[in-house]
Amino acid sequence: MSRHIISILLENEAGALSRVAGLFSARGYNIEMLTVAPTHDATLSRMTLVTSGTEAIIEQINKQLNKLVDVVTLVDLTEGQHIERELVMIKISTEGLDCDQVHSIVTGHGADVVDESEETCVVELLGNSQKIDALIASMEPLSIKEVVRSGVSGIKRGADFLTI
Amino acid sequence: MELTGAEIITRFLKDEGVEYVFGYPGGAVLHIYDALYRQSDVKHVLTRHEQGAVHAADGYARSNGKPGVVLVTSGPGATNAVTGIATAYMDSIPMVVITGQVPTPLIGNDAFQEVDTVGITRSCVKHNFLVTDINSLVCTLKKAFTIATTGRPGPVVVDVPKDVTGFSTNYSYLESVEIRSYTQRYDPPAEQIKAAVEMVMESERPILYTGGGVILGNASIELTEFARMARIPVTNTSMGLGGYPATDPQFVGMLGMHGNYEANMAMHNTDLLIAVGARFDDRVTGNIEKFCPQARIIHIDVDPSSISKNVQVDLPIVGCVKEVLADMINLLQQSGGVDRERFNRWWSDIEEWRTEDCLSYDNGGGVIHPQYVLQQLYEVTHGDAYVVSDVGQHQMFAAQYYKFDQPRRWINSGGLGTMGFGLPAAMGAQFAHPDATVCTVTGDGSIQMNIQELATCKQFGLPIKVINLNNGYLGMVRQWQEFFYERRYSEVTLQAQDQPNFVKLAESYGHVGMQIVNPDDVRPALEEAMAMKERLVFMDFVTNPEENVYPMVPAGAGLNEMILV
Ligand SMILES: Cc1ncc(C[n+]2csc(CCOP(=O)(O)OP(=O)(O)O)c2C)c(N)n1
Repeated sequence: MSRHIISILLENEAGALSRVAGLFSARGYNIEMLTVAPTHDATLSRMTLVTSGTEAIIEQINKQLNKLVDVVTLVDLTEGQHIERELVMIKISTEGLDCDQVHSIVTGHGADVVDESEETCVVELLGNSQKIDALIASMEPLSIKEVVRSGVSGIKRGADFLTI
Repeated sequence: MELTGAEIITRFLKDEGVEYVFGYPGGAVLHIYDALYRQSDVKHVLTRHEQGAVHAADGYARSNGKPGVVLVTSGPGATNAVTGIATAYMDSIPMVVITGQVPTPLIGNDAFQEVDTVGITRSCVKHNFLVTDINSLVCTLKKAFTIATTGRPGPVVVDVPKDVTGFSTNYSYLESVEIRSYTQRYDPPAEQIKAAVEMVMESERPILYTGGGVILGNASIELTEFARMARIPVTNTSMGLGGYPATDPQFVGMLGMHGNYEANMAMHNTDLLIAVGARFDDRVTGNIEKFCPQARIIHIDVDPSSISKNVQVDLPIVGCVKEVLADMINLLQQSGGVDRERFNRWWSDIEEWRTEDCLSYDNGGGVIHPQYVLQQLYEVTHGDAYVVSDVGQHQMFAAQYYKFDQPRRWINSGGLGTMGFGLPAAMGAQFAHPDATVCTVTGDGSIQMNIQELATCKQFGLPIKVINLNNGYLGMVRQWQEFFYERRYSEVTLQAQDQPNFVKLAESYGHVGMQIVNPDDVRPALEEAMAMKERLVFMDFVTNPEENVYPMVPAGAGLNEMILV
């Protein structure tokens, strides 16, 4: 079992997202994360999907996705050099907390405090999933109220494009 | 030319060369039915249930290769069609299903007869569309036909809201349409094909295992030539029967759960499995751990996702089976062909397995054995009928005992196993081949799932021969209960006193009914029925109640572990 990031150019059509999601549930593949948003070309959406499975399953996932009529093209980013980014926002209760302790965790992870109220603050971090997992882990002892992760987005490095 | 959406649909179907639409009217498709009424190019077949319409379109497509076309209304019309659509999907049958939908402004409001057709059918179609703009109607219809008929074929649903069928716009036919996200074809990969031919030349015990893809891809001529040239034995899946002539000595029969002993033994002992347009279904492989333990595997298929799905293959070849086989024939010719003596030992092994005579059965006891009916049907029709099956023991008997020498003559719901498929699919085959002998082989359970279509047969004068193998049981389920549940026959008995009188039933629909009880009457009755060229004859054969289908690979066993009789 290994983790794969599959990046997909999808027709920007009603229902395209549910075709992908439906494929995963119908065939029992797991989706760990899924993000989708329009691109500079209004007819296309870019979807990033994090999944895991044996090599055979990943091969099937790729083939089955390719078979969907709304999928224009796709790439398994984890097969090559790539950048992956995820945004997290963590809201904690600051009641009875030592502000210095919070700040040292935040700066230690390269995160920012983007909102502060009397009882709460929101910490934000952009990075790969490991960094985000690490931040969440070190904030665990504090009183976490909400964790909002954007899900991974990714792109290949260098002059290698996912285009049509 | 300014036309309404409804007129565009009928006009487009005509321009697309569609001869028949199988359907059932309702509120959301009233405009379309009005447009149908006002033209005479496209003929509409009114079935008595939407499921019947879809199976009829399916039988039409399977028997002649053209896409089947269906028209049903929204809501219950669409949901009734779903079983038929799923049946076509599992067997990769080209089909376009036009469903009515509530008017666009009402979508999502739980309007009268509204269902989310696109959502409901998503997982059992090759693709589907909701047309919300009259100006995209023609383009969408063209895309639907293109997607349904190219690559690995399949059903496509086009959901059209009622208001769209009422709006008007300019119409002109589209000869072709570009779908950037859809790969219609793959060029045969020369390297792999070369490697495949080399593997054949090196092998000692090769076998061709071929499926529905050979039929769908019109590749039986190439398959036959290739197999004969290389002297390789051929086995077919139930979907692939007729892809290779069953009377040819190189044919070793169907494989799989109820396949021939020699076919399954050859599969188990082969050192080179050449899979062509087949998908390693679990009914074929038996226990996957024990499948073809000594073989290297070549898999030729038009659908990349079929390859290495259930079984890891050594040499994948993605391409149209017809083209790939043609290339392999050429290469084999150029390289001087396979040494004819090379497979002598292999063939003598196969002849040895053949002596088991695995399809022999006890024909005594003064009762009609279903195997005997099929053998007689084969002889009386000179092997030249379209045989459309329902689902159950009778389906397996038909596959085993009727020898199909040509493609598209054997029609059955292989993937989904849909009871109720037989009669309506036979109607479709009869529409496609009005002068041919079309038989449906069915059981007392299956026939009652779409028996209402006898009325459609009357209306259109379809002279189908219904071969009802009436064993008083849901026989296939009973067989499993006998073998694996110590004969606890749970809800599988169709008691004689509770059954309809099939003869009178047929007569009340305006057909000829016959009941055959005595084995000696089987052949004369079949001859009499076949002579009634213009009439539907419902033949109710009262058969041995507890007949079992043999041979059989029990669940969890390997193909070499068959139960013979
Ligand atoms: C729609 C549907 N429901 C249930 C089944 C499960 N099933 C498979 S075979 C069978 C019995 C079929 O009985 P019959 O048509 O009388 O044929 P026989 O096996 O007796 O030849 C059943 C219930 C099915 N295949 N399709």
